[in-house]
Amino acid sequence: MNSTEQLLSINNLHTGFRIKDTYFDAVDGVSISLKRNEILAVVGESGCGKSTLATSIIGLHDHNKTRVEGEIIYKGINLAKLDEEKFNKIRGEEIGMIFQDPLSALNPLMRIGDQIEEGLAFHTKMSKEQREKRVFELLDQVGISNPKRIAKQFPHQLSGGMRQRVIIAIAISCKPNIIIADEPTTALDVTIQAQILDLLKDLQAETGAGIVLITHDLGVVAEVADRVAVMYAGQIIEEASVEELFANPLHPYTRSLFNSIPQMNSENEKLQVIQGIVPSLTNLPRTGCRFSARIPWISEGMHEENPTMHEVSPGHLVRCTCWQHFHFESEEGGITR
Amino acid sequence: MSFMQINDLKVYYPIRGGFFNTVVDQVTAVDGISLEFEKGKAYGLVGESGCGKSTTGKSIIGLEKITSGSIVYEGQNVTHNRRGRGSSYNRDIQMIFQDAHSSLNPRKRVQDIIAEPIRNFLNLSPDEEKRRINELLAIVGMNEDAKLKYPHEFSGGQKQRIGIARAIACNPKLIIADEPVSALDLSVQAQVLNFMKDIQQEFGLSYLFISHDLGVVKHMCDHISIMYKGRFVESGNRQDIYTNPQHIYTKRLLSAIPDVNPVGREERKKERIEVEANYTANHKNYYDENGKVFDLKKLSTTHFVAMSAHEKGGI
Ligand SMILES: Nc1ncnc2c1ncn2[C@@H]1O[C@H](COP(=O)(O)OP(=O)(O)OP(=O)(O)O)[C@@H](O)[C@H]1O
Ligand SMILES: Nc1ncnc2c1ncn2[C@@H]1O[C@H](COP(=O)(O)OP(=O)(O)OP(=O)(O)O)[C@@H](O)[C@H]1O
Ligand SMILES: [Mg+2]
Ligand SMILES: [Mg+2]
Repeated sequence: MNSTEQLLSINNLHTGFRIKDTYFDAVDGVSISLKRNEILAVVGESGCGKSTLATSIIGLHDHNKTRVEGEIIYKGINLAKLDEEKFNKIRGEEIGMIFQDPLSALNPLMRIGDQIEEGLAFHTKMSKEQREKRVFELLDQVGISNPKRIAKQFPHQLSGGMRQRVIIAIAISCKPNIIIADEPTTALDVTIQAQILDLLKDLQAETGAGIVLITHDLGVVAEVADRVAVMYAGQIIEEASVEELFANPLHPYTRSLFNSIPQMNSENEKLQVIQGIVPSLTNLPRTGCRFSARIPWISEGMHEENPTMHEVSPGHLVRCTCWQHFHFESEEGGITR
Repeated sequence: MSFMQINDLKVYYPIRGGFFNTVVDQVTAVDGISLEFEKGKAYGLVGESGCGKSTTGKSIIGLEKITSGSIVYEGQNVTHNRRGRGSSYNRDIQMIFQDAHSSLNPRKRVQDIIAEPIRNFLNLSPDEEKRRINELLAIVGMNEDAKLKYPHEFSGGQKQRIGIARAIACNPKLIIADEPVSALDLSVQAQVLNFMKDIQQEFGLSYLFISHDLGVVKHMCDHISIMYKGRFVESGNRQDIYTNPQHIYTKRLLSAIPDVNPVGREERKKERIEVEANYTANHKNYYDENGKVFDLKKLSTTHFVAMSAHEKGGI
C-alpha cells in the first residue's frame, strides 16, 4: 500500500441547485485531492457548501434539481458522470458516508439492526449469522453499551448521539476506501467523540482509507486532521497542513474564524463575530473577492480582481491577495503578524 | 428565589416486544434528578450521549410522560398539566430542539414556522407579525429572502437558526436549549451566544443549556450539572466544576476536551488513556454494585457530588 497514493481527485467541481429555473452553484469551482491514509478536514461558514461537496462525491442529489459539473476522479472514473446502477455498487462499499443529519438518513420504520445489516447483505457475502454478529460488533465499537437491545429498536427510540453513532456504524461496516464524515461527532460528548475519532483512525490504520472530515469544531481538526481546506461561499480559500494552518492562518476568513473561538477563560466577554450576513445562494457575490463585503475596512484595491489560489509556502495555498493587508477592525492598519 | 422547581424527576420508557407487543422492559432514561431555576440564570446540562438530557428537556416542556416526580412553576404544581391550553406555562417555557431538521415541518415555509408561536400566543396584526419575523431573522443572522423557502433548502446550521428564531419569538421565561449551537460555525455560534446572553440580561430570561461543548457551557452557564445514566454525578458553579471537579466522570470529561492546537496531540492521547485507565480502576468508588450513580452529597453551598457515604468520609 502506497501511502502517498492519490485516492480521490476533484477538479473544478460545480454543484448547483435549481431555484426558479436558474442553477445557483453552492460548490463553485472546487479542486482538492485526497490521499490514502489521509484525514482532510473541511471547515467553513455555515451554508458555504461543505455538505453539498460531500453529497456530490457520493452522488446523492436530486438529479432533477441539481447540476453537477467537473471531475471527481476515483480509480480512473469520473463519479460526477457515473450512472446510478454503477454508483450503487461503489456507495457504501468503497465510499462510506456519515451524514450530518442522522434522523433523515435513517429509515424511521426499520429496526436499527436491520438497517446496519442491509448494507452488509448488499455488499458482502456474509451469512445471516455472520452479519448479525458483525452488527453487534459494530454497535459495540461505536460505544453503544447494550447492542442487543438497541439493534431491536427504532431510530426515534435512540438519543441524538446514538443515532449519529448508528450512521457511523453503517458507514464503516464495509470498511470503505473513502469515508466522508459530515459533522460526525457534533451530537457526541467529548469522551465518546474521542472514542469515535480513535475508531476512525484505527480503521484507517487497518485499511489505509482516506477520510474527508467536515466539522465546525477546530479542536477536532487539531486533534486528528493531516490537512485542512477552508471554504467560503462555495470556494476553497485556504489549504495547508494542519500544523501550518493553526500556526500561520493567512486568509482573513480563516483568521476571523480562529478569532471567534470561545476562550476557556472568557465568561463575561463578548465573543468575536464576523460582521455582515452569510450570503444566501441566490445573492452570493460571484466576482471579486467573496469575503470583501465582510471586511469593509479593507479597501477595495487590496483585493484581486479575479482571486486565484497562490502557493505562499510549499503546500500552503491562499486565495486572493488581501491577506497581505488584512487587520482586524479593532487593530491598526498594516500586517499584524 | 427560584420560579420553577423540578423534584426527583423520573422518566422511564417502556420497551415493547413479543408477539402481543406487550411491555417487556423499560429504559430508565431519567432516574431521579432535581433542578431549580432562578430568573436570569443559565443552567448547563452536560453528560454522556444517551444519558437522558434531551428526555429531561422534553419532559419539562411536556413532550414526554413523567413517570414520577414533580414540576412546580410559580407555586403551581404543573406536573400533569404541562400542555394545558392557554396556560402560561406553555408560552413561557420554550425549547430549541437538538434535531433541527425533524422539528421543522417540511411542508411549511419558514415564515409560517416562525409565526406559529406568535399566532398561538400573541395578538399581532399582520404587519406587526411581519415586522417581528424580520426582526427574528435578523437576530439569527439570516436573510429576509429565507421567509418564503422550505426547510430542505437550508444547510444544517441554517435550519438550527430557524429553530432558534421560533423559540425566542414570544419572549419566553425559560428556554430549554438542546445543543443550540452545535451545528453552527464559530462566527454564527458567537453571534447566537452573544444574542442569548443579551436577551438573558434584558428580559431576565433563564436557560437550561444542554451541550457537549464544555467551552460553550463554561462561557454561558452559571450553574452546571453533569449527568450520567439518568442521574447527576456532580453539580456546581463554574469554579466548582472546571477548577475543582470531584467526580471521576467529570474529570474524565474535562480531560477529553480537544485542544485547539495540533502540537502535542500524541501526548494528549497518552494522557487520555491514563485517565481512562484510572476511571476503570476507580469505578467502584463512584457507582454502586449495579452501576448506579450514588445520591448527591453537599460539599459546599454550591457544589454537590455523587459518592458513597464511605467516600465522603474520606474527604
Ligand atoms: N436542496 C437545496 N435546494 C436549494 N438550496 C440548497 C439545497 N441544499 C443546500 N442549499 C443551499 O446551498 C448552500 C450550501 O449548503 P450546504 O448544506 O452545502 O452548506 P454547509 O456548508 O454544509 O453548511 P452547514 O455547516 O450549515 O451544514 C446553502 O446556501 C443552502 O441554503
Ligand atoms: N421514545 C423512546 N423510546 C425508548 N427509549 C428512548 C426513547 N427516547 C429516548 N430513549 C432512550 O432514553 C435514553 C436517553 O435518551 P436522551 O435522548 O434523553 O439522551 P441524551 O442525553 O439527550 O443523548 P444525546 O447526547 O446523544 O442526545 C437513551 O438510552 C435512549 O435510547
Ligand atoms: Mg452541512
Ligand atoms: Mg439529546
